[in-house]
Amino acid sequence: MKKFFALLLVLTLTFSICACSGSTTPTADKPLAGTTLKVFNWGEYIDEDVISMFEEETGITVVYDTFETNEDMYTKIKASGDNSYDVCFPSDYMIKRMIDEDMLAEIDFSNVPNYKYIDQKYLKQVFDPEDKFSVPYMWGTVGLVVNTDLVAEKIDSWQVLWDPKYEKQILGLDSERDAVGLTLKALGYSLNSRDEAELEEAKQALIKQKPNILAYVGDQVKDKMINEEAAIAMLWSGDGIALKMEDPKFEYVIPKEGSNFWIDSVVILKNTQNKAGAEAFINFLCRPDIALKNVEYICYATPNTAAYEQLPDEIKNDKTAYPGEDVLSKCEIFENLADSDILQTYSKIWTEVLSQ
Amino acid sequence: MKKYASAPAYPYVIWMLIFIIVPLLLVVWYGLFKVENGNIQFTLEYFARFFEPVYIQVFIRSILLAVISTAICLLIGYPLAYILAGSTFKNKSVLLFLAIVPMWMNFLLRTYAWLTILEKNGIFNQVLRFLNLPDQNLLYTPYAVILGMVYNYLPFMIIPIYNALEKMDHSLVEAAADLGANKRKVFRKIIFPLSLPGVVSGITMTFMPAVTTFVISKLLGGGQSTLIGDVIENQFKVSNDWNFGSALSLVLMIIILLSMRIMTKYEEENAGGGLL
Repeated sequence: MKKFFALLLVLTLTFSICACSGSTTPTADKPLAGTTLKVFNWGEYIDEDVISMFEEETGITVVYDTFETNEDMYTKIKASGDNSYDVCFPSDYMIKRMIDEDMLAEIDFSNVPNYKYIDQKYLKQVFDPEDKFSVPYMWGTVGLVVNTDLVAEKIDSWQVLWDPKYEKQILGLDSERDAVGLTLKALGYSLNSRDEAELEEAKQALIKQKPNILAYVGDQVKDKMINEEAAIAMLWSGDGIALKMEDPKFEYVIPKEGSNFWIDSVVILKNTQNKAGAEAFINFLCRPDIALKNVEYICYATPNTAAYEQLPDEIKNDKTAYPGEDVLSKCEIFENLADSDILQTYSKIWTEVLSQ
Repeated sequence: MKKYASAPAYPYVIWMLIFIIVPLLLVVWYGLFKVENGNIQFTLEYFARFFEPVYIQVFIRSILLAVISTAICLLIGYPLAYILAGSTFKNKSVLLFLAIVPMWMNFLLRTYAWLTILEKNGIFNQVLRFLNLPDQNLLYTPYAVILGMVYNYLPFMIIPIYNALEKMDHSLVEAAADLGANKRKVFRKIIFPLSLPGVVSGITMTFMPAVTTFVISKLLGGGQSTLIGDVIENQFKVSNDWNFGSALSLVLMIIILLSMRIMTKYEEENAGGGLL
């Protein structure tokens, strides 16, 4: 009996070794098997099944970490140096900054054949005008989510944030760039303003708005809105649409003055140890079925034409999820301001507003 | 350091170098020097920015909220420690244990719990509604921040005072009573002065985290009661202005050092044990 167990043990061990080596040695159809790929993404920003599917198909082991804000991601990559990550997902202005600081590697698009599915509309943007470093992953806007049970009127403007009716009923975004930028937009200026007088005006407007603000929050907006803690909240389109899907009493509005239009892209870091793996990963994300899986999970808007086509009609035709050119032309992308001292001014304004 | 003690101390010396001295030097470096065209220059410009009204205002608020919450901790913590230490209850370790148990839970979790208690449709207001009392808007006010500080830091006040009272020589109390002092006088002349070292370290241990916190003010203050900790965090994480952030941290450290110095000086004059 003992011998039988010993034999069984040996057999199991042999099999497990075989099984391991099966996935760790490169083969013709899995040339990158056995390598590791370190991916750094926003929290809740991928359907996690996609990662295991990728691992299964390529034999690459994915190490997956998440971050909360662009700035967190930037600081962590800067601080951990050479061997931080291979792939990450910064937004527009942060991509520009990373390009300027020589942190990104040029993508070899011959390894990314699925790139052809990316809509031309989202390419050639200010942050990467020649599309050398980034592949759009998701896009969206910033707007207002309104609980129609608590708000009777039709909301179509940022001005509602200053309406004394809504005292302590509004949740603001705890992000200086969004808060200051969108106030500039409400005042009719560019959300990338570097003009001291305009910024001063935005500051005064934010201070005037404070009696209406219940709190400036980050990721708690959805919970707070569901619990009816507030009537109106400023937030990103994906969260707004997710709320709408959860309960039809919520409405997501892109105010008529225009807003922020943003793109989150996939990039490869300069110090990558596995560029081929990174390109394979980007190619995988651009594959229509995978892009569809992700967009259905995340609720933001996909730049992938083939995935868009397969979406259900009510989403495809939802003007809040996929706003038309009429709305988008009024929206602006955040530009990188880190190249000047103006960020200090933004930071000071925000501190002043918060400490009122 | 005596020779026989030095060898076992090496691990800690190394630890201190890596995790305390080096980071501290980095903070000083970022706060006081700047590199311009490859030249290292000593500068006070980051410090000068601290004196802008907005930062002074935040600073004053931080100190005010920390002082108030430390005072409340002392008012609640001292009697509790006194009762615990004097208790004849045979399981008084159970009582002390109950005072410390909240600290075993994650700090963030405890603070998040207050969110659900204090929010508009939270537990507190539901109790008020049940009693037909009007709703209170508590969350996202400075009161909520003070509450969060008191709740989180109270054990740091109780334990040192309890320890001081526990170690007190009770024969002194008996002697005072024998010599005709009434209970109030015994407390004022004997017990309280003897417990002062505990009070001083309790105050330091609650004041320091309270004045530097940024999580409590962010979660319970909803960005409405920004403290200096929030401003420093923002300099590092959002504005990427490490120099100014370091300068602010240095100012904060100087203030804490000064206040600790004053405290210990006061303690020495009163012939207590040393904290520093």
